[in-house]
Amino acid sequence: MTGSRSRPAYLLLLPAGLWLILFFVVPAVQLFGTSLYDPAGSLTEGYRMTWAFGNYPAALAAYWPQLLRSLGYAAAATVACLVLGLPLAYAIAVKAGRWRNVLLIAVVAPFFTSFLVRTLAWQTILSDSGLLVGLLRDVHLLGPDGRLLATPFAVVAGLTYNFLPFMVLPLYASLERLDGRLLEASADLYAGPAATFRRVTLPLAAPGIVAGTLLTFIPAAGDYINARLLGTPGTAMIGNVVDSAFLIRLDYPQAAALSFVLMAAVLLLVVAYLRRAGAAALDRVA
Amino acid sequence: MRRPALSPEAAAVLRAHRVSRRSALGVAGLAALAGCGIPGSRQTEASCVSVDTSAADRSLVFANWPQYIDVDDDGRPTLAEFERRTGIRVTYTEDINDNDQFFGKVQNQLADCRPTGRDIVVVTDWLVGRLVELGWVQRLDPAALPNVTGNLLPSLRRRAVDPQGDRAVPWQGGLAGLAYNGRVTGEVRTVDELLTRPDLKGRVTLLSELRDTMGLLLQARGHDPGDFTELEFDDALGTLRRAVESGQIRRFTGNDYAPELQRGDIAACIGWSGDIIQLAAENPEIRFVAPESGVILYSDDMVVPNRAAHRANAERLMNYYYDPTVAAQVAAYVNYICPVEGAQAAMDKIDPELARNPLIFPTPGLLARAAEFMPLTQPENRLYNDLFQVAIGA
Repeated sequence: MTGSRSRPAYLLLLPAGLWLILFFVVPAVQLFGTSLYDPAGSLTEGYRMTWAFGNYPAALAAYWPQLLRSLGYAAAATVACLVLGLPLAYAIAVKAGRWRNVLLIAVVAPFFTSFLVRTLAWQTILSDSGLLVGLLRDVHLLGPDGRLLATPFAVVAGLTYNFLPFMVLPLYASLERLDGRLLEASADLYAGPAATFRRVTLPLAAPGIVAGTLLTFIPAAGDYINARLLGTPGTAMIGNVVDSAFLIRLDYPQAAALSFVLMAAVLLLVVAYLRRAGAAALDRVA
Repeated sequence: MRRPALSPEAAAVLRAHRVSRRSALGVAGLAALAGCGIPGSRQTEASCVSVDTSAADRSLVFANWPQYIDVDDDGRPTLAEFERRTGIRVTYTEDINDNDQFFGKVQNQLADCRPTGRDIVVVTDWLVGRLVELGWVQRLDPAALPNVTGNLLPSLRRRAVDPQGDRAVPWQGGLAGLAYNGRVTGEVRTVDELLTRPDLKGRVTLLSELRDTMGLLLQARGHDPGDFTELEFDDALGTLRRAVESGQIRRFTGNDYAPELQRGDIAACIGWSGDIIQLAAENPEIRFVAPESGVILYSDDMVVPNRAAHRANAERLMNYYYDPTVAAQVAAYVNYICPVEGAQAAMDKIDPELARNPLIFPTPGLLARAAEFMPLTQPENRLYNDLFQVAIGA
């Protein structure tokens, strides 16, 4: 291949490439540098670069519970999004008919208000004196002093709500292309609805499931607003720790180290997931 | 299906990406980017010189917190009056919502001695202490501030955060104390009740602000928040840890405790006096309690950041707001502690009931119980915040 023929490819990559370099690569490298600064530095005295790799084990030793909790909550929210999102996306793509666009707008509508306001609204929904808690107490699913707010349930519920559209839209995109004739063929071959769903619909939705899972899990693992507004001291996530380290404790090396640990942990999980689920999904499509 | 082979175009891009001399240079550049460290960011009057253009440029940028000045249907009456009297055009912004976040927003400019675009910023006293320590705010001219010198409340003079007393002028003050919702619980009189009373379990919030929460807890253990040792801090932190572990504490909050206290999800909390007055105006069962062991007095102060170009205009505004009549107008609207002596008499003409409210014009008895939290050096700030943040879960 000659240089002149590959030039258009480079030109097309240029805008996104510059964007990524400016707003991801450069800050990420700086952040990595910060994570290796002398932990004894301060704002007044400055931070010297001492290649202090010890910041990593120190940060992990102090905050591994919050890290594991973040991954756990994010996984729980992702599963909840999938369970809620799959039937919803299926209904919109296959059954909604002329309501399809209205329903799609309804899925995206919450994005028109701020993330913070949406999460604060959940304080009202889950309030101890609210309808939901009252109902759950009446049917004895909650004790008389039981509550939903300030529990792990509230944090996972908030994450699920906030990231649900990220699951629904990719699922919709793959289900929308579902060829009705395949479902008919499946029925002709004596598959019941359950078997058709499991053997035909689900495999065809697999690329959407993989994309939706990633789009939900990755931001949920780094979120700190839901834990702050709906949680309790025992539900702090790694994002809360990074926030406090950067803004309140002014411990920049530790904050940067924790950010990188989170990034690495998520990356490892994503790669492992893609190797299993991603390959399997693509195989099944064929 | 096998995964599709790369398209010829993509393959060409990838081939071009083998490590060349150019990309080796790139890697070296990135290493340099990572490897330089951050110099200390303290400034002095010699290292960071601010030029005042007030005489020629009759304007001023005033950055404050939301809902922290008097407003009516036409705008902001006291500010409009200032503009009319002085001919100085004020750009008033409400872009400060959180001390730590605001500090994060301006710290790069101030560390490099670059302008922040703001002539007056209002931040809480402990952050003033940090800004003064870093040399990031300008010295004010006492001769330009006769009202401030004459009328500033004595308990807000000679503060440790501003040792020379010439960098910061209080905008409003406030108290951190206890509050409870009488509809859902009986009276809460002490910090000890707040942290241990069984009927409050899971219905108590504390402030995520170290100085307010730990200040009250230190007082409850008989220690002085204005001058304590690490051992005394640990002692008070022990009571906090036990309360968190027992499930007594529901959450640590900023201002966002207000709606939850209003609804009754929170029965009792540590809160700020101004918030509680405003809540109580709608719901009289919400009450503020100044425990016998003491309350924390803080103030939000006006400072002029380095390189702000309108220091003299800023001083005129500060002086204007220390006119008791003007101060009373602001206090009648914002309901925090008015730092201006003489404003109480002026308030009597606007709203006699507010003039008697000890949370706006504190009585000598209340002020005697009020302590300021001692200013923390950078290492102390790190040490105590590390301990506190771990105790509150982050």
